[in-house]
Amino acid sequence: MSIVVKDLVHTYGAGTPYESLALDKVNMEVADGEFAGLIGHTGSGKSTLVQHLNGILKPDSGQIFIGDVDITAKGVKLTEIRRKIGLLFQYPEYQLFEETVYKDVAFGPLNLGISEEEAEQRVRDALSTVGLDFGKFAERSPFELSGGQKRKAAIAGVIAMKPEVLILDEPTAGLDPKSQADIFDMMARIRAEERIILILISHNMGDVARVCDKVFVMENGRIVLEGPPSEVFSQGELLKSKGLGLPPAAEMIHMMRESGAELPETPLTVDAAVDIIDEYLLKKHDRSLAH
Amino acid sequence: MIRDITIGQYYPGESWVHKLDPRLKIIVTLVFIVALFLVKDFVGYIVAVAALGIVIGVSKVPLRFMLRGLKAIFIIIIFTFVLNMFMTGGTEMIRLGPIAITYEGLYRAFFMGLRLVLLIIGSSLLTLTTKPVKLTDGMESLLGPFKAIGLPAHELAMMMTIALRFIPTLLEETDKIMKAQMARGADFESGSVFRRAKNMIPILVPLFVSAFRIAQDLAMAMEARCYRGGEGRTKLHELKFKKRDLAAALLTCLFLALIIQEQNIMAALMPTLASLASNLAGAL
Ligand SMILES: Nc1ncnc2c1ncn2[C@@H]1O[C@H](COP(=O)(O)OP(=O)(O)OP(=O)(O)O)[C@@H](O)[C@H]1O
Ligand SMILES: [Mg+2]
Repeated sequence: MSIVVKDLVHTYGAGTPYESLALDKVNMEVADGEFAGLIGHTGSGKSTLVQHLNGILKPDSGQIFIGDVDITAKGVKLTEIRRKIGLLFQYPEYQLFEETVYKDVAFGPLNLGISEEEAEQRVRDALSTVGLDFGKFAERSPFELSGGQKRKAAIAGVIAMKPEVLILDEPTAGLDPKSQADIFDMMARIRAEERIILILISHNMGDVARVCDKVFVMENGRIVLEGPPSEVFSQGELLKSKGLGLPPAAEMIHMMRESGAELPETPLTVDAAVDIIDEYLLKKHDRSLAH
Repeated sequence: MIRDITIGQYYPGESWVHKLDPRLKIIVTLVFIVALFLVKDFVGYIVAVAALGIVIGVSKVPLRFMLRGLKAIFIIIIFTFVLNMFMTGGTEMIRLGPIAITYEGLYRAFFMGLRLVLLIIGSSLLTLTTKPVKLTDGMESLLGPFKAIGLPAHELAMMMTIALRFIPTLLEETDKIMKAQMARGADFESGSVFRRAKNMIPILVPLFVSAFRIAQDLAMAMEARCYRGGEGRTKLHELKFKKRDLAAALLTCLFLALIIQEQNIMAALMPTLASLASNLAGAL
């Protein structure tokens, strides 16, 4: 399955004085099994775009193909689309409502009409995937959890639906480093096991550079740049002009280069940066020996 | 969908209506509402519709925007209409088994429906053309005299500002929660009434949680900025009664007089009109 978005336009509050064009002819393609990253300044339209992908928002014009189904066409079964495409909203902890974490995570799967037994199995799997201990958390009220635990419970609620595409809208915003790492571990695990499409919205350039295969950069409702992270993040000046930046590793190498160090390429991860600096120091050392 | 509800919304503009003193606008709106209940006949309604039409025209708020507010209470209007149509006695027009529609019923249903529509549009015009802050300033100032008998005018006004301010926020919140639950396969559109009511739980619970959270945050933010009630509080914008306010007040008096005296005026005019008509007929 793949996702193709064609000339998508969306206006909020059409016909009111508060009208705003949130998506302006967006084109986008994500291939099967790909891990896509979506970055862009605040209010650039990222959340709006992904809410179209499972039919929660209707576009003014344009098309969205999931596999070969055009989900913007009339008469498409949206429940079917929503089963396939799991969308985790920004700040999903505000969607929790059940008496217990168990019931809340089971809400989605039960809406799909599966049996209680299978639902229980899925809740167990989902809770363990996000790193919440079933015995400890299943019977607790979701409102008694900490912010990060709530976030994890909400994520479990989405992955328990076993989507074929998983879209995460800023899943790690406001979490501590350990919880952030947990969520990235979870994404890596899902990816390794299920080979599904993952789409990640994030303001953390380092995360996006590290995990994504392809990056889309949005500005004012348009996609202005796309490609593999190595290409996108080699254009530091352009990204900065769009209110974004470079991953920390790339930023550091960039600064070293500006102060005269002859470094070859732009690394995306801290590990890659370490390698580059190692090599550079070794070369420098050799040269000074030769003198 | 849910964002279509426009009660308490402000439509930014620079029109004459927007600029009027909010105190006056509140009084005019009250006068208009009272006048609607004084209207007795067809001509009275024409006067009311015309007056409202003129104010809407001057305010430059698109009519479409105002009608949108009606959508939310469409059911109530229909209900009023149907109830009045069937429940009024009089000369029968059509009979369908045990129920009959009378001429009087139809007449009354039409005017009751119209009255409701005018009522809603008239009062939404107030909020559409007045910034919430000004509206509550006006409220506070109008309630001022009652402070003497212990009415907490400032607190009431502040509560109203906050309520008005948070209607759109809560609607937004509802919209967000609905979307999130729909993404989890929740269905709000099909099923029996009972089922549908039950399906609202996934929206209502998070909504209440959000409402309390927002209220708590707001209370803390206000305290952090040293808010401590109305005592000795000054205003950024003092309300001033200007010439245009006087003009509007006079026009309102004229309107009220027209509504009250409309039957007498018509009666006085009738002979003149009749003779004019017969003269005209004679001339032809
Ligand atoms: N429900 C809404 N009603 C009206 N306008 C909206 C709504 N949601 C978003 N917008 C507007 O649409 C534009 C895009 O918003 P969107 O939420 O898609 O941005 P974003 O890229 O997700 O931003 P962020 O990084 O802050 O999450 C913004 O200008 C925003 O003000
Ligand atoms: Mg967003």
